[in-house]
Amino acid sequence: MSATFTAFRALVRKDIAIFLRDRRALVVSVLTPIVVAAFFGFLFGGTGAGGNNPISRMKVGITDLDGSALTKAVLESLGQDASLEIQELPEDQAQALVKSGKLRAAIVFPAGFESAATGALVGAGNMPDVKLLYDPSQSMIRPMVAGLLSQHVMQRLSRPNFIGNAKPIPFNIDRIAVTTGPRYNSYAHSFAGMSIQFILFMGIDAGIALLMMRQEGMWRRLRAAPLSRGVLLGSRVAATALIAIMILAVVYLVARVVFDVRIAGSVPGFVMVACAFALLAATTGLMIASLGRSVGATRGVAMFSVLILVMLGGAWVPSFIFPEWLQHVTEFVPTRWAVDGLDATTWRGLPLQAAFAPTAILVGWSALFAAIAVWRFNWEDD
Amino acid sequence: MNLIADRLQKKFGAITAVADVSFTAEPGKILGLLGPNGAGKSTTISMLAGLTTPDSGSVRIDGAILGTGADPTKRKLGLVTQEIALLEELPARMNLEFFGGLYGLSGPALGARIAAVLELTSLSDRARDPPSTFSGGMRRRLNIACALLHEPQILLLDEPTVGVDPQSRNAIFETIEALAGQGRTVVYTTHYMEEVERLCDRIVIVDHGRVLADDTLEALLASAPVGNKLTLKYDGAPDSAALAEIRSLPGVVQVDLAGAELSVSANDLGTAAPRVLERLAARGFSCQELTSRRVNLEDVFLGLTGRTLRDT
Repeated sequence: MSATFTAFRALVRKDIAIFLRDRRALVVSVLTPIVVAAFFGFLFGGTGAGGNNPISRMKVGITDLDGSALTKAVLESLGQDASLEIQELPEDQAQALVKSGKLRAAIVFPAGFESAATGALVGAGNMPDVKLLYDPSQSMIRPMVAGLLSQHVMQRLSRPNFIGNAKPIPFNIDRIAVTTGPRYNSYAHSFAGMSIQFILFMGIDAGIALLMMRQEGMWRRLRAAPLSRGVLLGSRVAATALIAIMILAVVYLVARVVFDVRIAGSVPGFVMVACAFALLAATTGLMIASLGRSVGATRGVAMFSVLILVMLGGAWVPSFIFPEWLQHVTEFVPTRWAVDGLDATTWRGLPLQAAFAPTAILVGWSALFAAIAVWRFNWEDD
Repeated sequence: MNLIADRLQKKFGAITAVADVSFTAEPGKILGLLGPNGAGKSTTISMLAGLTTPDSGSVRIDGAILGTGADPTKRKLGLVTQEIALLEELPARMNLEFFGGLYGLSGPALGARIAAVLELTSLSDRARDPPSTFSGGMRRRLNIACALLHEPQILLLDEPTVGVDPQSRNAIFETIEALAGQGRTVVYTTHYMEEVERLCDRIVIVDHGRVLADDTLEALLASAPVGNKLTLKYDGAPDSAALAEIRSLPGVVQVDLAGAELSVSANDLGTAAPRVLERLAARGFSCQELTSRRVNLEDVFLGLTGRTLRDT
């Protein structure tokens, strides 16, 4: 075994031993992503097991100023909808409850609704105005409630007792989740996102540790040994990447056992993306160490940068809900490719080829970060 | 194994940290690099250890010019840094395994060296404990042990006793003397003159990055303008007439007054001291305290720079 390899191995082992002995680092790096991912996964739909999970029902107020047979029938129909929790109450009270956030929305049927609506349906008279009061902080509720209202009104209007010759809604919606995986599991996405976030935090810590080594004289002591820059910096990258892979392995093991997150696609593809991302986290830390000066300022700037990267990468919420232009912008963000790569090989169930582009792009970014680190690293200023 | 510093120069921006420093450290001898804080000692050690590239000049080890980075000549050097460079969370043995590994040691050879350096530094019974549980002196000793694992022929110690109690300091001195006794070349930097007087065979005095003197302790003391100092404390400060009379006494070289403390420099204390006491008593000054000592490196430094080591 060559002396250089022995030294490289000693440096890597040292970093891993320190990480494993630092309980705070272990908790932050392993337990925190699991807890946060579990929370986000639960919020965004859980395991997607269909009827097994209770659905969160939207609280909607109804004010019926018409009191007609049609509005009574629509109220009954809305009340039977599994996604709604209906509460009938006066208009001013409904408005107050929406304003205070206790109701998501409120529907107000005007007086004369039935006669106006049935007339308008056959082209006679004006359409009645139904008020939809909604909480502007939850604007996505508005189209959902409007859609459900239209559906239930049309279903009731189309029955023969209201308009004898009208037809019911002329189609049914057959809901099919399109994925090559077994089924969508929102935990799969949240575990990908949170693993990426917290492993990047670990990368920052590795960079900060290098800055502290300089401050405390350890770096000077390492440089006294007959070791090249490649060995000194390369061992840091290798150690940090190995720690990142260990964290990913533990986090995904818990995800598999507890939250049924499966690598439904290519396992080699998943490993490729994971290793490429580990390399990215390690080189990010190295770049931070080369650009940073004081520990405090560097930590703050690095945390801010990582949070932006993680946010734009779709780690918190999937990038497909971003505006179109922002989705294009995030193609230049490495974390987007890490999230997409892990999503592709887990719940999307895609083959090995789907991991090629994310892996190549992550390795490319890693090479860029490593080049900046080597370029900017101050070797003699201890 | 000789270590030669040949006209070393190093600037940081507009500041000259080291200017034209030359000396030779020899096997089996301890060379002391003495100077106040900021004299350029640590920068010199950095160049001697291959950490910093000199702007000009060179460091030669048995004729080979020392480089930085992966230069194999660095294997002949052991550096004990001023800062305690230890992995505080890991046991002492793991620290030693790590530093041994940096020099390519592994397996039984590493195990044997770890046992040897633990024995040398009297830390064998604490090998399983992390340095964070050690006293300051023990941590310093472990810091030294880490630099000895690869059996360097040249040992560079940069102020290795900072923050250490007298007992531990003596233990460190004994270790260093034992290493020199084994034929190793030792370079020891400090701003404590007592340490170089106790330890060093040869002393290089530096200030503002320049070598002011380079000789044995005896030769340096002999070069001082006077050989002895007499310090007298009076209940009232002697007046100018009294001081003028003392200065005129035979054998008295210099007289200084600081408050009520009178300092008299003389080559022959046996002749000068009774006369000084007699004349001042005749003038009605009553001596409360009297001390005398031989000239030391502080006086040598004062003679060379006009300042004391502690002034700077």
